[in-house]
Amino acid sequence: MDLKREDLLQLQYYLKLTRRLEDRFSSLYHQGRILGGAWTSNGTEAISVGYSYALEKNDIAAPYFRDMGCFLVRGITPKRLMAQYLGKKTGVTAGKEGNVHVGDLNFGVIGFPSHLADNYAVGTGAALAFKIRGEKKVAVACTGDGGTSRGDFHEAMNLAAVRKLPVVFICNNNQYAYSTPLKLQMAIKNVAERALAYGMPSKIVDGNNVVEVFTVAKDAYDMARNGGGPTFIECKTMRMHGHSEHDSAKYVPRELLEEWKKKDPILNMEKYLLENNIAKKEELDGIDSRVKKEVEEAESFAEESPYPSPEDGLKGLYATPIEEE
Amino acid sequence: MKEITYLEAIKQAMDEEMTRDPSVFILGEDVGIYGGAFRATEGFLEKYGEWRILDTPLAESGFTGAAIGAALVGMRPIVEIQFSDFITCAFDQLVTVAAKNHYRWGGTTPIVVRAPCGGNIHGGPFHSQCIEGYFFNVPGLKIVFPSTAYDAKGLLKSAIRDNDPVIYCEHKYLYRRIKDFVPEEDYTVPIGKARIALEGKDISIITYGAMVHTAFEAAQLLKEKEISIEIIDLRTILPLDKKSIFDTVKKTNKVIILHEQTKTGGVGAEVSALINEYCFEYLDAPVIRVAAPDTPVPYSPPLEEAFIPQTKDVVSAIEKMMRY
Repeated sequence: MDLKREDLLQLQYYLKLTRRLEDRFSSLYHQGRILGGAWTSNGTEAISVGYSYALEKNDIAAPYFRDMGCFLVRGITPKRLMAQYLGKKTGVTAGKEGNVHVGDLNFGVIGFPSHLADNYAVGTGAALAFKIRGEKKVAVACTGDGGTSRGDFHEAMNLAAVRKLPVVFICNNNQYAYSTPLKLQMAIKNVAERALAYGMPSKIVDGNNVVEVFTVAKDAYDMARNGGGPTFIECKTMRMHGHSEHDSAKYVPRELLEEWKKKDPILNMEKYLLENNIAKKEELDGIDSRVKKEVEEAESFAEESPYPSPEDGLKGLYATPIEEE
Repeated sequence: MKEITYLEAIKQAMDEEMTRDPSVFILGEDVGIYGGAFRATEGFLEKYGEWRILDTPLAESGFTGAAIGAALVGMRPIVEIQFSDFITCAFDQLVTVAAKNHYRWGGTTPIVVRAPCGGNIHGGPFHSQCIEGYFFNVPGLKIVFPSTAYDAKGLLKSAIRDNDPVIYCEHKYLYRRIKDFVPEEDYTVPIGKARIALEGKDISIITYGAMVHTAFEAAQLLKEKEISIEIIDLRTILPLDKKSIFDTVKKTNKVIILHEQTKTGGVGAEVSALINEYCFEYLDAPVIRVAAPDTPVPYSPPLEEAFIPQTKDVVSAIEKMMRY
């Protein structure tokens, strides 16, 4: 599919919104206003924005924790996300969960569990449901390079391939799992090689190029939707912040970060839009002010929102509660 | 009314629910072509086709995770764990994902995990365990454990219709040994409700699963000594039916807790703690737990017999209590 001009501008909008919102989370974390942890997708936003923008409305996403772009593209508002980070009642999980541990099936987003690659199996199951019901929907599941070492990654990939399920697997290969570099994570050069063992086609894409991520994901969804089975997509990128915002990532060579800074996905896209005369500078600046306003409004909304009441913590354990006599 | 075995009850419940509701499907190892290691799904592949009775790769975590994903988007999967012992491979998906979905972010996860468990079948350490204890400490799960064919069918139907993840413990020793008359029409047994399996007045035995039958044997023997035993069959392990537990304590004032699961930190420990906390004044004797020792389930017949609580163990616990 050729991306229309509006789509390209939308992609840039989501990249910038993701960046700005997460930058704000980072600041609030350092100010001690966001407690616990704050993980960002800084430098890798093109992956979640790209694969999510390529989905159809009724598809399902099972993201991981560097997929803020997925929540935003699917329609979860910055207000609810900011409130989520501040532990407020108006947050996506009403204070039950923190930060990026978000899910909302009204927007086709399955909740993210910290245990990486668990969502590979869960996303595979959503695809299984679509297959059983004969629906032309797809599921997408995401994890990082470290997550591909877990058993659930392999069990899900195998099950999906055996049954030719309409699921697309994304790997955000940002070269570090917390502090562990790729070479201590796997003995192969490309994560995509893992797909070969399951008889599954794979693609390697520039994870900092949102158009490329979008296009490859879209093709994979089309194939899955038409009965062609799963695809594994390795998005090569670089994590530009620490594992979480507490982590200064001293273990990452500075030169590596300098090199990747030049490949920033937002700059990349801006250059593409300007050089191809798709957008004017003023238009892109307009996106900036729109995004700035949205994030500011989100923060005010979240700050003004109430905390949940202590007794709310005892609610919602079961979907079918059992009444005690 | 028709007399059926415990295994037939399980099979019928699945068959009837699959016919009633197209969102119900089964996945697990050898459930399709082979009809299940215990034949619980024999003939299902022919009847429902390979997309509603799925033979999966040997990967409990993967297919349990897949069941969770299918459930989140509107299906009602039944996962068969071939031997409940293998459920440890799916522990993460059940504890991390299934149990917490609804509380964490409102995801509804109506899955049933069938766990054929229990000893007395000479299976050794990895084909004989009772696994309810592993999950008893996990808020968000429900655990049921029927002892009769009637309850096996009714509880499985309730579990399938329930919107939460339910671990359905089915005792392998009972499969073909226990028969009941069950109604031909549709019925369910509620989750969260114990039953009085035998009315009595002197001592209560609170138990579940295959041990309900051991308790009956003990009660029979003690009848001759004019000791009247009340048997409470918990049926649901999580959440416990506290009212039924407290009612029987208040009635008999003496309680034995009996289970096949190992003793330390088991269901009996919690039941005993609840009685201590809420019914202390009603007790005429300390609560006694009769349970398996804290070892793996051994293989050799004399070892296994010594491991699984026997009727004589229950009788001697009761005699001890009567002397108190």
